[in-house]
Amino acid sequence: MSATIDYLLHLADNAVVLGQRDAEWCGHGPILEEDLALANVSLDLIGQARLLYQRAAELKGDGTTEDKLAYFRDSQEFRNYTLLELPHHGALVGYAVADRDYATTIVRNFLYSALMVHVWDALQTSADSTLAGIAAKSLKEATYHLHHSRDWLVRMGDGTDESHTRAQAAVNHLLPYTEEFWTVSPAETAAVEAGVGVDVRTLRAAWDALVNDALAEATLTRPQVRGYVPQGKVGLHSEHLGFLLAEMQSLARAHPDGCW
Amino acid sequence: MYTQSFNVPDQAGQKTVAVTPSTEDAELMARFDARIDADGRIEPQDWMPEAYRKTLVRQISQHAHSEIVGMLPEGNWISRAPSLKRKAILIAKVQDEGGHGLYLYSAAETLGTSRDQLLEGLHSGKAKYSSIFNYPTLNWADVGAIGWLVDGAAIMNQIPLCRCSYGPYSRAMVRVCKEESFHQRQGYEALLVMMKGTQAQREMVQDAVNRLWWKCLAMFGPPDADSPNSAQGMRWGIKRISNDDLRQKFVDATVPQAKVLGITLPDPDLKWNEERQHYDYGQIDWQEFWDTVEGNGPCNKERLATRVKAHNDGQWVRDAAQAYARKQQERAMKEAA
Amino acid sequence: MTTTALKEWPLWEIFVRSKQGLEHKHCGSLHAADASQALHMARDVYTRRQEGVSIWVVPSASITASNPDEKGEFFDPAADKIYRHPTFYEIPDEVGHM
Repeated sequence: MSATIDYLLHLADNAVVLGQRDAEWCGHGPILEEDLALANVSLDLIGQARLLYQRAAELKGDGTTEDKLAYFRDSQEFRNYTLLELPHHGALVGYAVADRDYATTIVRNFLYSALMVHVWDALQTSADSTLAGIAAKSLKEATYHLHHSRDWLVRMGDGTDESHTRAQAAVNHLLPYTEEFWTVSPAETAAVEAGVGVDVRTLRAAWDALVNDALAEATLTRPQVRGYVPQGKVGLHSEHLGFLLAEMQSLARAHPDGCW
Repeated sequence: MYTQSFNVPDQAGQKTVAVTPSTEDAELMARFDARIDADGRIEPQDWMPEAYRKTLVRQISQHAHSEIVGMLPEGNWISRAPSLKRKAILIAKVQDEGGHGLYLYSAAETLGTSRDQLLEGLHSGKAKYSSIFNYPTLNWADVGAIGWLVDGAAIMNQIPLCRCSYGPYSRAMVRVCKEESFHQRQGYEALLVMMKGTQAQREMVQDAVNRLWWKCLAMFGPPDADSPNSAQGMRWGIKRISNDDLRQKFVDATVPQAKVLGITLPDPDLKWNEERQHYDYGQIDWQEFWDTVEGNGPCNKERLATRVKAHNDGQWVRDAAQAYARKQQERAMKEAA
Repeated sequence: MTTTALKEWPLWEIFVRSKQGLEHKHCGSLHAADASQALHMARDVYTRRQEGVSIWVVPSASITASNPDEKGEFFDPAADKIYRHPTFYEIPDEVGHM
C-alpha cells in the first residue's frame, strides 16, 4: 500500500510542479495563441496531479486530501524530478532573478513528455486500476504535450540563429537533469515489485530514440552528460523547489482552516 | 471581461468628426443607414463610412486590449491559488480572457487593421483599455470579486453587443458571452465558499468588495450627459444601451446578490427607491476615473510595461517559427523543382 | 515605450466540425507561422470546450469572397424561382407525406 502511495506521490508531484511552472507564462506568452496553448498544458498537468493526489489520499486515509498533499508537505517530502522545479532560465542560484526563456520551457516540456508518453503507456496495465485509468487519460495529454514541445523545439533549433543558440543552451542546461530518470528510487522499486509502477530503465531506449530524432531534426547536438545525478525523486532537491513551494503554498498555509 | 467603459477617444481631445459625404458617397451612405435602421448587419466587405470603421476599430481594439491586460490582475494569483481546483479554474479563466482578446483582435482585423498595428496602439499608450484593470489584486478574494462584479458588469454590456451592427464583432461577442457566464458564476461561487469559511476569509471577501465596488460602477463609463460618443454609437448599432442604464441595471442586479453573499456594499447612499423602482447610489469619483483612464492609476505603468515586455521578449520565438516556416517552404519548392 | 520591429505571422481562418456528420463551420481566425502550427493553435484556441472533432485551417489570403456590390445580380435572380421549393407543389392530403 505505502509503495503505491509513494509512487503516486512521485507522479503527482511531477505533474503539479511542472503545471505550476508552466502556468507562470499565463499572460506573458510570446504570442496570444501560444499563451492559450501553454495554459492548456498546465491545465492538463494540474488535472493529472489532482487525480493522482486524490488516489493517494484515498489509499492513505486519515482524512487527508489532494490539497493537504499538495499544500502541506515540505520540499523534502516532494518526490518530483529536479528537472521540473527549475525556473524558466539558465543555471542560476535559487534566489537569483532572470527573464523567463521560452526555449528552456519548451526543452523541459519536451524532455519530460518524451518520458511520460512511455510511462503512462506502461502504467495503463498497472495493478492499481485507478492509476491505470489515470494513465490512459494522461497518455493522450502527454502525447499532445510531446507534439507541442517537439514542434517548437524543431522550430527553434532550425529557426533563426538566436533561437538555435537559445535552444542549444537550454538542451545543454537541462539534459543532465534527465539522468535522474534512469536511477531507480526505493519507491519505484517497491512499486514495480507490487505491479503498480514501471521500471523506468526499460524505457530508456525508446526515450533516447525520441530525443535523438528530435534533436537531429532541430539541428541541435546532444551534449555529453557526466557528473552529479539529481535526486529530486528521493526528496533531495535543488534550491529552486523551496521558492516554488513557498509561493504556491503560502495562502493555503496562512489559512489552514480555510475552505476554498 | 470588459464593459463599454471604454469607448472613449484614444487620444485626449480627439473628437468625432462630422462626415460630409461627397455626392458619390451619399447613395452608399443612404444604403448603409437603411441597413442599420433595419437592424441589418454590416460585413467586412460592405461599404461603410470611414467614421464607422474607425469607431469600430477603436471600440473593438479597446475591448480586446482590456481582455489581454485583464489577464494580469487575476494572473497575479495563479501561482498562489489556495487549492488545486481553484488553480485550475483560475488558469482556465485567465486563458479564456486571452481567447476573448484573440477573438476580438480577429474581429478588428477584418476592418483592415493588423494585429500588430492594434498592439502597437496599446504598447505605445495611445489605445485605451478598461480602467478597472489598473487596480491591484491584493488578496485572493479579489479573484472571486472580479469574476462576480467585473465579469458581471461585462456581461451586462456584452449581451446587447451580440446584436451589434458589425457582423464579425457580434459573432465574436456571441462566443465571448457563452464563455463569460462561467466567469461570473465561478467568481460568485468562490466568494460564497469563502463566506462559509473562517472569519479571516470573510474579511478578505469584504475587503475585496470594498476596494472594487466603486471601480466597477465607474467602469460603465461616464454619465450619459458626458458621453459624446454614445449617441453616434447608438445610432450605428454598436452600442445598444446607455452607460447610465447599464450601470443602474448592474446595481439593481448586484444588491440582492450581495445580500445572499452576506457582505455589505460600501455606499451609504445605496437604497431602494420605491418611486423609481431602482436602487439609488452615491456619487462616483470621476476625477479618479479619468486619472486612471489617462494612465495615472495605481497600476497603469506596470500593466502596460508587462504587456510590452511579453511582446518584446516573445519576438525571437515568433521570428523562429516564421523562419522555420519559410525554410520548410523553400525545401518543399526545391523538392518539387 | 518602444516595441521591436513588427513582423507578423499570417492570418488563418478556422473551420470546426462539431460532431460527426455535421459540416465544418467557420468559427474565427488566428495567427500562425504555417498550416501545421495553425491546426494546433486552432485546437487550443477554438476547441477548449469540446467544440470540435475536426478542424480545417485556410490561409485568410486564399479566400475569395463575393463582391457585395454585385449582391443584386448574384443573389436576387434566385428569388423568383419558387418552383425549386417543394412547398410550391400542391399534393392531395390523402397521398400523405411526400
